[in-house]
Formats: sequence, C-alpha cells, structure tokens
Amino acid sequence: MKNLVKILGLFLIASSLSSCSYNSMVEKRETVSKQWANVESSYQRRSDLIPNIVNTVKGEASFEQQTLVDVTQARASATSVKLDPSRLSQDDIKKFEQAQGQLSGSLSRLLVSVEKYPDLKTNEAFIGLMAQLEGTENRINTERNRYNAAVNDYNAFIQQFPALITAKMFGFQPKGYFEASSGSDKAPTVKF
Amino acid sequence: MRSVRDNNRKGARVNGNPFSKQIFYLFVVLCFLFSISISAQDINLPPRPDPPRLVNDMVGMLTYNESHALEHKLVAYSDSTSTQIAVVIISSLQGAEIAQYATELATKWGIGIKGKDNGVILLISKTDHKIFIATGRGVEASLPDITVKGIIEHIIKPRFKAGHYYEGINAATDRMMASLSGQFVNDDRGKDTTEARPQNNAKWIALVIVIIFVLIIFFGGGGGQTYNGTGSVLPWFLLGGMMGGGFGGGRDGDFGGGDSGGFGGFGGGDFGGGGAGGDW
Repeated sequence: MKNLVKILGLFLIASSLSSCSYNSMVEKRETVSKQWANVESSYQRRSDLIPNIVNTVKGEASFEQQTLVDVTQARASATSVKLDPSRLSQDDIKKFEQAQGQLSGSLSRLLVSVEKYPDLKTNEAFIGLMAQLEGTENRINTERNRYNAAVNDYNAFIQQFPALITAKMFGFQPKGYFEASSGSDKAPTVKF
Repeated sequence: MRSVRDNNRKGARVNGNPFSKQIFYLFVVLCFLFSISISAQDINLPPRPDPPRLVNDMVGMLTYNESHALEHKLVAYSDSTSTQIAVVIISSLQGAEIAQYATELATKWGIGIKGKDNGVILLISKTDHKIFIATGRGVEASLPDITVKGIIEHIIKPRFKAGHYYEGINAATDRMMASLSGQFVNDDRGKDTTEARPQNNAKWIALVIVIIFVLIIFFGGGGGQTYNGTGSVLPWFLLGGMMGGGFGGGRDGDFGGGDSGGFGGFGGGDFGGGGAGGDW
C-alpha cells in the first residue's frame, strides 16, 4: 500500500513537471511574443505618423532644418532595429528602447520648436496630427505595460520551482522588460 | 565558516542530482527571490459596478434624474447596437495618468463585447478637471482620436466650463452615437452577454480524475478483499458526490450574475489605448 502511494506520488510529480508546466510555459511564451507584436505595431504607428508631421512643419518656411533632419534620422535608425520575437532578451529590449527613445527625444525637441510658430499651432492639419500623436503615445504606453505584465508572468513562472527544472531542460530563457521610466521613453508631451 | 564551506563543497559534489536536498533548498530560495515581482505601476481602480451600470457617478456630479436619463439612453443604445458607452465620474486620479487610468479601467470592467471590442468610456475626474474618452479597439476606426479630441474640445469643454455637466456628457454621447451609427448591430440580443471567463474546467476535471484515482487505490483495495460487502458501494457514492461538487463549483464560477433588469452587464471588450483627453 505504501509503495503504491509512493509510486502514485512520483507519477503525479513527474506528470506535473513534464506536461503541465511545460505546456503553460509555451503558452506564456506565446503570450509574450504576441504582446511584443502589439508593442512593435504601436511604435510602427508612430513611425508612420512622423513623415506627415515633418511635412506639415516643413510648410513653415523658416523652420529650423536641423530639427527636421534629426527627427528623420532618428526615425530611420529606430525603424532599423528589429528584434527576434523568439529571443527578446534584456539587451535586445534595451537596444530597441534606446533607438525609440532617441526618436522620442528628437520629436520632443521638434514640438518645443513649434511653440515659436503661432501659425503652425493653429493649423488644423497640425492640430489633427498632434491628436494622433498623443493617441499613438498612449497606445505605446498601453502595449508596453501589457508586454511587461506578460513578461512578468512568464519570467516568474519559469523561474519558480518546479517549473524551473523544465525551463532549464527545454531552454526557456527569461525575457527582457521595458524600463518603467528611463527618461528617454517619456512620451513627448503634446500641449497646446 | 568552515561548516559553510563544507556544505558548499558537498553541494558541489552532488550537483546534478535533482533529488539532493541542497538543490531543493536552492530552489526554495530562488522561488522566494523571484516571487518579488516587478509589476507595472498599479493604479487603484474602482471595482466593476454591481449591479452593472453604464453611468457611474461616484461623486454626485449629476442629479438622480440626470444620471437616470443618461443611463436609460445608453442602455437603450447598448440594447440596439451592442455598443457600450460607459460614463464614469471619479473624484480624483490620485496622480495617475488619465489616459492610462481610463484604458486600464475600461479593460478591467470589460466595456464592450468581447471580440467586437466596441466599448467606449468617458472618464471624468472632478478635482483634476480632466476628461478622457477611451475607445475600444473595435471603434477606433469610426471614432478616431481626432474625432474624439474634437468632441472634447468643442462639445464637452465649453459646457463643462459653464458648469453644465449633464448637457456636456449628453451632447458628447449623442455625437459619439452619431459617429458610430450603423457599425454594430446587436446580433445576440437576449443571449447572456456577460463576460465569459477563461475556462478552468480542465483543471477541475484533472482534479476529479486524481481524486478518483486516489479513492480507487485506497477504497478499491479494501473493497477487493470483501467482494460482497457494502464497503465497495460506499466509495462510489463518495465519488459521485465529489464529482458533482467539483463540476458544480466550476460552473458556478463561470456564469455569475449579470441579468438584473436594465443593463445586462459588460462584455469583456478590449482597449488598446485609443482615444483623446483634455481638461476644463
């Protein structure tokens, strides 16, 4: 009888190790990848908006060219950073964040310069673009928070006993987080 | 110190044996370490209203008649189109970003229908003098951020500045309904629209199977010795009782509340951060 219980116990442990935690691990990893796609598309949305903003601002003849060039360049280098969604290590995320943060920075500088041009500030097209930019920044924030939550869920899961053993066995690596507030990722504030 | 080093050496020697005590302790320590989780800034969000309501004035900005009229209009609109427009008035954001607050609250309550994601929340924070309209993923196309911004700037702000809160909210919801008209129809009227929670049935079934297994081993073994005793009948009654209990529990959790007269309840719509805000 005792042996039977022991065998049953071992069987239960074995099954919980190999099947249950493995499957949820895969599921959680998929959630992270899916959420990453949402993060990327929200950044893409901002990226798509920038040429419109630059073109509208260009209409103002005396606008500082250097500011516009900076934004365009930052956009190009930000869009060139594409991550492998199956990896997403902390270094990867940092790299991505830095590139996008640079773009946020130059975009903020552009918005600050706009302050000097009252014509622009009352331009209907420009006001519309600003509303869109604001919405885009909100979407980026939302997706980033959700990505962090998904990563938190996954990381906590694979690093806890007994899932830890399965994770080690099948090479599940912890994923990287977005920093909560490293300054560079602060959304450019749109205020008029 | 010496003993610690000894222990370490011992630990190193048995490394690789998954059943060794040291490694088990290491796991326990790791568990504790990683249970200190890094979470996104948590905001204190008010719980989902029970019974469900579309107009949630938590500070008494509207009179009873006003909020009743508004509720009536929004429920009728939700009944005919399935689109849920919720109005939430809070006293303070407690330092939170209003866009994030509105999006998180709308997602938490599940405004709109799952899959259609046709929910809209009009959030007003009284002491902050801030407004935000968050649009569900499904209505972003017919209520783009620019339109929402326009509603706030041209419809809500002037009325709020004059202290006409009800008129502002009423006109804003009318304008949103006009923008949304025809996009959604309520194709499952009468069906239970409350949020379908993720099923935990699989877990229950697994648990029941394990219990059956254990019972068979314990009682089945005993029963085997007395083939014609009552001993072998009893466990099956027990099993039946357990199964009933198990499944019943699962169902209770899945479909809860929701069908009190008026508004049928939120449907689990998702929000992606769309919308616009302003202050008055």
